[in-house]
Amino acid sequence: MAGRLDGRTCLVSGGMRGIGRAICACLADAGAHTIVTDLDDEGSADVMAMIGAIKDTSYIRLDATDEQDWLAAREHVEQAYGRLDVLVNNVGADLTGRVQDIPLADWRRLMTLNMETVFLGTRTFLPLLARTGASTPYGSSIVNISSIMGLVGMGEVSAYNASKGAVRLFTKSNALEFADARIPIRVNSVHPGFVETPLLRQGMERWAARDGSRSADDLIAAMAQATPVGRLAIPAEIGKVVAFLASDDSSYMTGSEVVVDGGWTAR
Amino acid sequence: MTNAFDLSGSVALLTGGAGGIGRASVAALAAAGATVIATDLAPDAAIDGAAAYKRLDATDEAGWEVVLADIERDYGRLDILVNNAGISVTNSISDTSLTEFRRCMTVNVESVFLGTRAALDLLARSGRDRPGGSSVINLSSVAGLRGGPYMSTYCASKGAVKLHSKSAALEFAALKLPIRVNSVHPGAIDTVMMENIYTRYVEEGLFPDLAKARAKGSAGHAMKRMGTADEIADGIVYLAAPASRFVTGSELVIDGGMTAD
Repeated sequence: MAGRLDGRTCLVSGGMRGIGRAICACLADAGAHTIVTDLDDEGSADVMAMIGAIKDTSYIRLDATDEQDWLAAREHVEQAYGRLDVLVNNVGADLTGRVQDIPLADWRRLMTLNMETVFLGTRTFLPLLARTGASTPYGSSIVNISSIMGLVGMGEVSAYNASKGAVRLFTKSNALEFADARIPIRVNSVHPGFVETPLLRQGMERWAARDGSRSADDLIAAMAQATPVGRLAIPAEIGKVVAFLASDDSSYMTGSEVVVDGGWTAR
Repeated sequence: MTNAFDLSGSVALLTGGAGGIGRASVAALAAAGATVIATDLAPDAAIDGAAAYKRLDATDEAGWEVVLADIERDYGRLDILVNNAGISVTNSISDTSLTEFRRCMTVNVESVFLGTRAALDLLARSGRDRPGGSSVINLSSVAGLRGGPYMSTYCASKGAVKLHSKSAALEFAALKLPIRVNSVHPGAIDTVMMENIYTRYVEEGLFPDLAKARAKGSAGHAMKRMGTADEIADGIVYLAAPASRFVTGSELVIDGGMTAD
């Protein structure tokens, strides 16, 4: 993939950790300048370490649920780079629990983090992505991180299911809307299965605390066993797919859903 | 032999009862024998077939508690919950305000969550002595299966309803709660909401006039016409009735062949 994104500028929300971090590394590997965004303070030790570890990256503090933060990020990107080729809406959180136990405030927070962030990022960067896309052979690219939980249901995951189902269909409508208006932006969703990330472990720890009979390790091992390939994904296995969707190699793909799940939903 | 579509003795609660599909569903459920409590935003409404009408803002957490307490007191059971309340947004992404996005998500998705959570206990108790258990029916759309331009907010909301239904179905099955949960996916149905969508398409310049928009909408179905609210209501009766006793986590598509293409 080296060089497939030479000269391209990418922005990733939630880029400091887990799948987001791997996406940034894969985009950088392919030659892009990558703008990592997250909640960490600019100049913090973690941020400096990340900039040192991944070549040709910069960092902007961005709360992806905040309309104003997005506008500030756009202004910065326009001034500093004058272009944006790729937007990866990766920010997200998990929520598990029985329907009757979910407080409305928790439901709303999850919807804000998983759906509203995609809407805000897309709307804010639309004009810049459109302008940039007009100057490249196959246009610019938005990649939205959904989940296999946007394709199939699972018990005690109803809120997360709802949020990721929303991302999947929002993506498809965007793709058609832009194609219809001849706006040169492709939009696709990625549907990871179970990936070894801090988010997954935290989610399983909460589940284990509620469950009482199984540890987080037990739950994760059971998850690996229940996956056809017998293991969880590593974040880079998602990052590489995002880099593909970001590049001109996927030039005829829009409104598509790319499933990266070790066979989970093939059954 | 008992009629598997007979709803005699069943109590049903439906949101958005004053709209096109809502009214047709109240009438169809009542015709099948159910006692139907229709709800909507207006303080009062005359809805054919409804045993009672109650004002309920389906986005109001406290309002749900009141309505469920009333139903338990007046009828002692609830067998069928139809989460039908919904609104459409037809707008480009660029022009969609965060307020508009949130309002659609609140009305179309949060109301399903709130209704399901509020009714869960009574549905579970009532489902124990009912063939096929009790039934939650959530109105999604073909827009929960496929994208459409200028419909991103609405599509997101209906995709959310589809997956919420599936998770709820699996959760209740895993917990051995006698509640089935399914989603219904209408195509373009000849209702006020659909008229609003076509009007917005014309305003956005996608079609020169309403007649052309309607013609294109009709042509999108294999059967080359829009559906009627009754045709959705009959599907809702099926999902409410013991006839669908092995159906849960399913999506009932009623779209004149649109998404088969």
